[in-house]
Amino acid sequence: MSDLPLGKRPELLRLVGVDKTFNGTVTALAGMSLQIHQRDFVSLLGPSGCGKSTALRLIAGLLRPTSGRITWAGGPGTGEQGSGDLGVVFQEPTLMPWATVAQNVWLPFRLRGKSYFDVKDQVLEALRLVGLEKFLDSYPRELSGGMKMRVSIARAMVTRPRLILMDEPFAALDEISRFKLNNDLLKLKEKIGCTVIFVTHSVFESVFLSDRIVVMAARPGRVIEELQVDAPYPRDGDFRTSPEYAAHARAASEALHRAMEEAA
Amino acid sequence: MSIAEQQPGAKQMLDEDEIARLKRLRLEKFGKWAMPVIVLVAAIVLWDRTVVWNNIPHYILPGPGKVLETLIADWKMLFEALLVTLQITLLALAVAVLGGVGLAVLFTQSRLVEMSFYPFAVILQVTPIVAIAPLIFIYVDSRIGGLLLCAWLVAFFPVLSNTTLGLNSTDHNLRDLFRIYGATRWQKLRYLQLPTALPYFLGGLRIAGGLSLIGAVLAEYVAGTGGLKSGLAFRILEAGYRLNIPRMFAALILIAVTGVVIFAGLSFLSHMLLRKWHESALKSES
Repeated sequence: MSDLPLGKRPELLRLVGVDKTFNGTVTALAGMSLQIHQRDFVSLLGPSGCGKSTALRLIAGLLRPTSGRITWAGGPGTGEQGSGDLGVVFQEPTLMPWATVAQNVWLPFRLRGKSYFDVKDQVLEALRLVGLEKFLDSYPRELSGGMKMRVSIARAMVTRPRLILMDEPFAALDEISRFKLNNDLLKLKEKIGCTVIFVTHSVFESVFLSDRIVVMAARPGRVIEELQVDAPYPRDGDFRTSPEYAAHARAASEALHRAMEEAA
Repeated sequence: MSIAEQQPGAKQMLDEDEIARLKRLRLEKFGKWAMPVIVLVAAIVLWDRTVVWNNIPHYILPGPGKVLETLIADWKMLFEALLVTLQITLLALAVAVLGGVGLAVLFTQSRLVEMSFYPFAVILQVTPIVAIAPLIFIYVDSRIGGLLLCAWLVAFFPVLSNTTLGLNSTDHNLRDLFRIYGATRWQKLRYLQLPTALPYFLGGLRIAGGLSLIGAVLAEYVAGTGGLKSGLAFRILEAGYRLNIPRMFAALILIAVTGVVIFAGLSFLSHMLLRKWHESALKSES
């Protein structure tokens, strides 16, 4: 499955001049405009307080913009809250401790009224894709941090949504698990052909994963720059040691520096 | 479980710290059961000797032997009374669970209902039941109904407050996830809030178990009148009027044992329901 080049992909959603103010005084996000295309892997990169998580929550429909708008290509309903066309992975695995791995992955279907037997194949397939097909009946407490995160990813993609939102999902993991999960995430994305919006504060993670990096600054949260990482997929461990990677990482670091200086 | 068990031949490889740790473990395991038994036996012996050496007459303080004798001799009557008390206790506990959980669910479904009624639940709880009970028996004709109402008033609050706390303790990310997937109120309650509340509820249930027994006994004291079906509390009162102190002790022991059995049963239930996933149950397993 090869992707169309950047710029030729059909649009999925668009943020137009989105502001979000809390309490009438705290501006979390100011005038954010962003276009997301189908099959994009977009990273939101920035220091804490730059509104990247707020942006994600706005897109997820958990918050409403104070002004500006968010529009979905294909009309209302596609990808919006409640449609099930959205997968989310949080910083914590956010699993239900009382439910087995399989029951946790079943949740998005269950909330749509589907019985386990109707969707058993999809649940098994999702767990196979994250390499946990042997842990169906385990409880979350029996798994390591990385494995829990894999369950969380399996749950986000089990319905094959068009858009997956990830909010610093690997921030709490050790470097080795993190690299492994980064590699696997790209393979997964390739396989199910979804769009990913990925919030991170790691330059290296954003360069390795995304084809576009949106650099944001804090106080007020806003977009500073957009970088393109035009290295072709599939990317693997070799990409991490390539000069190309180093160049992109430098560019992203410099952009992040500029973002920090603007805030200060 | 311990290292010594895993490698039987390797005992000499354990350093002093490890040996001390194993010793502590063994002492812990043994002491947990043995120490209370030793204390109990010592107390009974002391009780017995005090009575014998001081020649205390049994209508003032009966010795343990005399109490046991009475327990066996009056077993039929005491056991019947126990069943009456137990019936009230368990019925009250059941109603406390239904009422407590029902109200808690209602409270979490509507903030308005919670704001309106929670203060009154607190008022009911903090007013001593001995002060309310006589009124209850004036207005409630049915004796069983009155007893039940008293016991329920004492027992329902821990279930209500713990379950309310549990229903409101859901993980905020899971809550967001349910919203994103468009979960209905019922789905949120069934799949998220009730499972989250389960350990809290079980904690409340263990307290309520003991309280419903206390409530039942207390209500019997206030209700007083014997009739055909008298509970243990009435038997104690009656024995007191007749200066039958050994029987008072025997009935008292039965009540205490009942309380312990209820607590142990509810603890076991709690352990069985939580053992697969909840921290509290995992600790007691290891």
